Amino acid sequence: MNKRSNWALPYFIFLVLFVVVPLLLILVYALQDASGHFTLANIGKFFSDGDSLSTFALSIEVAIENTILCILIGYPAAWILANKEYNKGAVTVVLFILPMWINALMRTLATAELFTMAGIQLGKGTLLFGMCYDYLPFMIYPIYNVLNKMDKSYAEAAQDLGATPGEVFRKVTLPLSMPGVLSGVMMVFMPTVSTFAISEFLTNNKIKLFGTIIQENINNSMWNYGAALSLIMLVIIGITTFLQGNESEENSVGGII
Amino acid sequence: MNTRKVFARIYIWIVLVVLYAPILFIAVFSFTEAKSLGNWTGFSMNLYKNLFTGSMQNSSGLISAVENTLVIALIASVIATLLGTVAAIGIFNLKGRKKNVMNFLNNIPMINPDIITGVSLFLLFVFLHISQGYTTVVLAHITFCTPYVVLNVMPKLSQLNPNIYEAALDLGATPMQALRKVLVPALRPGMISGFILSFTMSLDDFAVTFFTRGTIGLDTLSTYIYADARKGGLTPELKPLMTILFLLILVVLLIINIRQSKNSNKK
Repeated sequence: MNKRSNWALPYFIFLVLFVVVPLLLILVYALQDASGHFTLANIGKFFSDGDSLSTFALSIEVAIENTILCILIGYPAAWILANKEYNKGAVTVVLFILPMWINALMRTLATAELFTMAGIQLGKGTLLFGMCYDYLPFMIYPIYNVLNKMDKSYAEAAQDLGATPGEVFRKVTLPLSMPGVLSGVMMVFMPTVSTFAISEFLTNNKIKLFGTIIQENINNSMWNYGAALSLIMLVIIGITTFLQGNESEENSVGGII
Repeated sequence: MNTRKVFARIYIWIVLVVLYAPILFIAVFSFTEAKSLGNWTGFSMNLYKNLFTGSMQNSSGLISAVENTLVIALIASVIATLLGTVAAIGIFNLKGRKKNVMNFLNNIPMINPDIITGVSLFLLFVFLHISQGYTTVVLAHITFCTPYVVLNVMPKLSQLNPNIYEAALDLGATPMQALRKVLVPALRPGMISGFILSFTMSLDDFAVTFFTRGTIGLDTLSTYIYADARKGGLTPELKPLMTILFLLILVVLLIINIRQSKNSNKK
C-alpha cells in the first residue's frame, strides 16, 4: 500500500513545473527591470500611476457590485431549485448550467448586440448586467449544491420549536448555506476583476478593467510591468482565499454534471 | 397550486429567459443572411449552406480554428484524466503533511483566474526559451484541467472498500489485473465526469490560450472570435455554427441527465 503513494509523484513534479515555478516567475519578473536587474520600480509605477490605480479601483468596484448582484439574483433561484416543493426534476438545474457550455465570448458579443438593438448605450450599466449574466451560473450552482445536500430536519426542527418561516430562513437555512455562497463569491469575484475580452465587448472598449491592462502590457512586451500587475492580483487572491479559509473546500466545484 | 409556488415558477422562468436571450438571439439571426447580428434581411439558410460547403470568406481560418479547439480539448482532457486519476490514487494514499501539500498545490490552478494562469505560463515558456504554439497550449490546458479530475476521482476512492483490491490479489490476480478489473471500474464514474469537465473547460477557454499560443497564428474558436470581433466584422457563419453546437450540447446533456435520474430511480 505504501508504494501506491508514489503515484502522486509525477503530478507533484508536473505541479511544481507548471504551477509553482510559473507563479515564482511572476514574482521574479515583477522585481526586475528590462535588463534583468533587481528593482522595485515596477511595483512603484503601479502605485504612482493614476490610470492603473483608477482602473484597479474600478475593477474592484465592478467586481463587488457584480458579486452582490449575482447573490441577489442567484440565491433565490438556487433556493427555489433546491426546494422539492417547487422543483421536481433535475432538468431545470441543467438548464441553468447549460449556457456555460456556449462560448463565453460569443454569448457576450450577442449580449452587447442585444443592448445596442434595444437602444441602450454601452457603458457601465451594460458591463454590470452582462458580467452578471456571464457569471450567474457560477453563483447558482454552488449554492444549489449546498442547499440540496442540507439536512432538512434542521429547518423542520426549528419550525416545530416555533420559528416563523422567516426566522427559519434567517437562523437556519442561510447560515448553513454560507459555504456555498462563499465558493460562489470566489468563482465570481476574482474572475470579474481579471476578465479582459468580456469588458471590452460589453462597453465597446470604453471601460478598461484590470485584466485588460495586464493583457496590454504583456502583449506590448512590457513583461516586467505586466508581471508586477499580475503580482498585485495574486496578492489579492491570496488575501481573499485566506479570508475565506478552508470552510468551503469540500463544496468547491466538484462535478458540474 | 398556491401563490408562492406560482411566484417561484415565474421567477425561475424570468431568470432562464434572460439567460437564454443572447443564445436565442444568435440562433434566430443564423437564419438570415445579414453580416451583422441583429440585422434581419429575410429568411435564408445560406449561412448554414456556406458553413457546410466551406464557401465563405476566410473559411479555412474558421474551420481550422474549430479543428484546433476540438483536437486540443481532446488531447488535453485525455492526458489530464490519466494524470489526474493516477495522482488521485497517489494523493489518497499519502498521509499527513505530504497530503496537505498536494491538496494545496492542486487547489492553486482552480483558484487562480485564467489570466494569472495564462501570464504565469507565458513567462515560464519565455524563461525556458520554448517557442509557443500547439504544444504549449495543450500543456497549459492540462495544467488547469487536471485539478478537476483529481477532485472528481477522489470521492470515488474514499467510497471504495480497500479490501476488495487486496482480495483480488489474494485470489491470484496480478497487480495489473487487479488494477484493471477492480480499481478502474470503481473509479470510472469520477474519471468520466472529470473528463467531461476538462473537455468543456478546454473548449471554452480563452485567456490561457491567448497567452500561450505564441505568434505562429494558431487560433482556437475563442481566439478566432476575439480577433474577428476586434476587426469589427464577425464572420456571419459563426452564428449557425454556435446554434448547431448549442443544440448538440443540449441533447447530450439532456440524455446524460435523463439517464442519470432513471438510474437513481432504479436504485
